[in-house]
Amino acid sequence: MSIDSMFVHKMWDDHELSKMVDGGVPFAMLSDAGGRVGKAYGVYDEDGGVENRGRFLIDPDGVIQGFEVLTPPVGRNVNETLRQIQAFQLVRASEGTEATPSGWKPGKKILKPGPDLVGNVWKEWKTDMAFD
Amino acid sequence: MAEEIKAGCARPTGGPVGEAIPESTPETAPLKKEEKRMIQVGKKAPDFTAPGYRQGKFINIKLSEHLGKWVVLCFYPGDFTFV
Repeated sequence: MSIDSMFVHKMWDDHELSKMVDGGVPFAMLSDAGGRVGKAYGVYDEDGGVENRGRFLIDPDGVIQGFEVLTPPVGRNVNETLRQIQAFQLVRASEGTEATPSGWKPGKKILKPGPDLVGNVWKEWKTDMAFD
Repeated sequence: MAEEIKAGCARPTGGPVGEAIPESTPETAPLKKEEKRMIQVGKKAPDFTAPGYRQGKFINIKLSEHLGKWVVLCFYPGDFTFV
């Protein structure tokens, strides 16, 4: 979503994005002329008249589970977004009985919060697991 | 879901859903309106409708029509910039 019209979105997809992605962008490119939606999400920059790089993860109940907002010059890490969705999906499927510690990726160790884990995380999780 | 828009000369608009935007006259309008609504994790995402483009079609999207699925909502400064 940006402040550009849907017509500009089409031109961008036709003339540039379709050269990067076969068939063009598969998802909806939304138009927020005037930044009204951006204001509701706190990402509209009044001075520049544009929207900052905000990214919101919204769960199947319509609840925001996470967000990240960057100023325009720095791009996002899409892999991190995918990792977070996978983590939130795992936690949701476990109905809150499982948690993903720092550095978690699919296939890596999860934690089961409870009385037995209190004071014992050091046995289950090592600091190098945050980085690999 | 995602009704198609017939392309015309008018520029369709969207906006937040479920809360009226108060109309104010220039005399009474404050210079900078305090933004009261806060985005918070664990709280409902503000619903909205927005016109858009997807795979050769102009469409209208409403966030709440996507309940039941995970949604990634991305804002960016403008077309023809990097994302």
